[in-house]
Amino acid sequence: MKGIFHGISTIALILALLCTAAAAQGGAGEGQKERLRISTTTSLYDTGLLEELEKIFEEIYNVDVHTVSGGTGIAIQYGERGDVDLILVHDVARERKFIEEGYGLSRSCFAYNYFIIVGPEDDPAGIRGMGAAEAMKTIMDRGIESRDLVKFISRGDDSGTHAREKLLWKAAGIDYEKVRSTSRWYIEAGKGMGPTLVMANELGGYTLCDTSTFEAFRGDQSLVPLIEEDKALLNVYAAIPVSPSVHPGVNCEMAAKFVDLLVSEEGQDLIGEYGTDTIGKHLFKAARGNCDLIGCAGDECVTSLPEDACILAAE
Amino acid sequence: MDEIGAGFVRAVELIVSLDPAVVDITVRSLIIALTSTAIATTIAVPIGGLIHFHNFWGKRAVINVIQTLYSLPTVTVGLLVFLLLSRSGPFGGLGLLFTPAGMVVGQTVLIVPIMTGLTIAALSGVADQVRDSAVSLGASKYQAIFTIMGEARAAMMAAVLLGFGRALSEVGVAMMIGGNIRGYTRVLTTAIALETSRGDIEFSMALGIILVSISLIVNLLVNRVQGRWWA
Repeated sequence: MKGIFHGISTIALILALLCTAAAAQGGAGEGQKERLRISTTTSLYDTGLLEELEKIFEEIYNVDVHTVSGGTGIAIQYGERGDVDLILVHDVARERKFIEEGYGLSRSCFAYNYFIIVGPEDDPAGIRGMGAAEAMKTIMDRGIESRDLVKFISRGDDSGTHAREKLLWKAAGIDYEKVRSTSRWYIEAGKGMGPTLVMANELGGYTLCDTSTFEAFRGDQSLVPLIEEDKALLNVYAAIPVSPSVHPGVNCEMAAKFVDLLVSEEGQDLIGEYGTDTIGKHLFKAARGNCDLIGCAGDECVTSLPEDACILAAE
Repeated sequence: MDEIGAGFVRAVELIVSLDPAVVDITVRSLIIALTSTAIATTIAVPIGGLIHFHNFWGKRAVINVIQTLYSLPTVTVGLLVFLLLSRSGPFGGLGLLFTPAGMVVGQTVLIVPIMTGLTIAALSGVADQVRDSAVSLGASKYQAIFTIMGEARAAMMAAVLLGFGRALSEVGVAMMIGGNIRGYTRVLTTAIALETSRGDIEFSMALGIILVSISLIVNLLVNRVQGRWWA
């Protein structure tokens, strides 16, 4: 009798849990609204800009915008695998490759700002006032000489910022593998921008950072910008819908509409003004009117997709 | 030290005032972890029973493998399930990547081994005399099995709670399969990771306190369930 009772109680327990599962699944399956999936570089997300744009977009089109935030490297990879419909990234070389290989439909520049080289207030390597490439070379030379006084903290995560750092080493005439192999002074964090800044602050090192993330963290750390607004530090954000020719399941139409919003007057105004009311600073600059400066010529310049782009690509 | 103190105060405020974002994330975490645990229970308990009640060649090896999988790193499971559920993977057509259902799949894979292993341990913990007495009192094979499972129910409940604890506190699967999407797949652990990287320490601490509190409650439950059994 006891055995039967226990048997029943075990079964009852399992059934109860199953019901919970079914209820939860039902809850998750409800309201199957159309879905737009975006993978984005962290700076657009962490500053809250994308959240603002999402809200506006969701209101107009009654669609769920789902944003996955990561470095440009992983964001592009999600696009290549067809796991997202739209990518928002900042690494022109990889963006072009993404489109050439057929994964991306077209590139629309929509915002820019500058990278900055930040470091301790007392500037142990003495880079203040230098050009970006010269500064990087100086940090390396002083870093090798002085051991623990001068350090450079690299993202080391294949992000857009990391890609730019590699370009700067190249511009300084230094082989990146050589930079990595000289150890001690060169620290690969393998983290997002925020945690890398925190690490640079704790270790008293230099790092390359986008202005928007730096502003967001300004209150929490004592690093100061040392090199600003060098042309080599230009940081351009672009939107690329994933092409339905490779992944027929992607929501190309919605992705194209989101690009429309980004390049619209409303979108450009919002991007240009974003941050002024909360932290009193411009975090991004609108791409509109600045295409020559940021190297986005012709159909890359703040443009919507042609109306039939998605249909043509799908065929 | 100031930072920790101020953060703690703000965290408690957020919890006490039932901040909507905090409540939302907490409820979602619980639903997803509970669902995973429920499904994992229906898989792990029968498998554990099958392994325990049958003698077969290589049984010891199977149990060893299961025990090794206890410490399966969550990011490894996350990566494996990501590759399976990605649109370019074998189950891409289901569209489960970056959804709560996908997270449930991942967490279930993660906790089935530990729950199976602990079920076997629970059943092994029942004295042989229980089975012998049941059989000698005229119980059939299945009645005997029910008796043993009944005797082991406290230890099996503990296995379920431990599975739940692991599902709730893991971050690898939640981040890689869920994608930490606001209002959709953002759970306690991924929110803590994000808010810390964004610099919102108070919010992270509030979520951390909730997570630790839930773990504490689960552990108290485990102890209580087991204490009753041994008392």
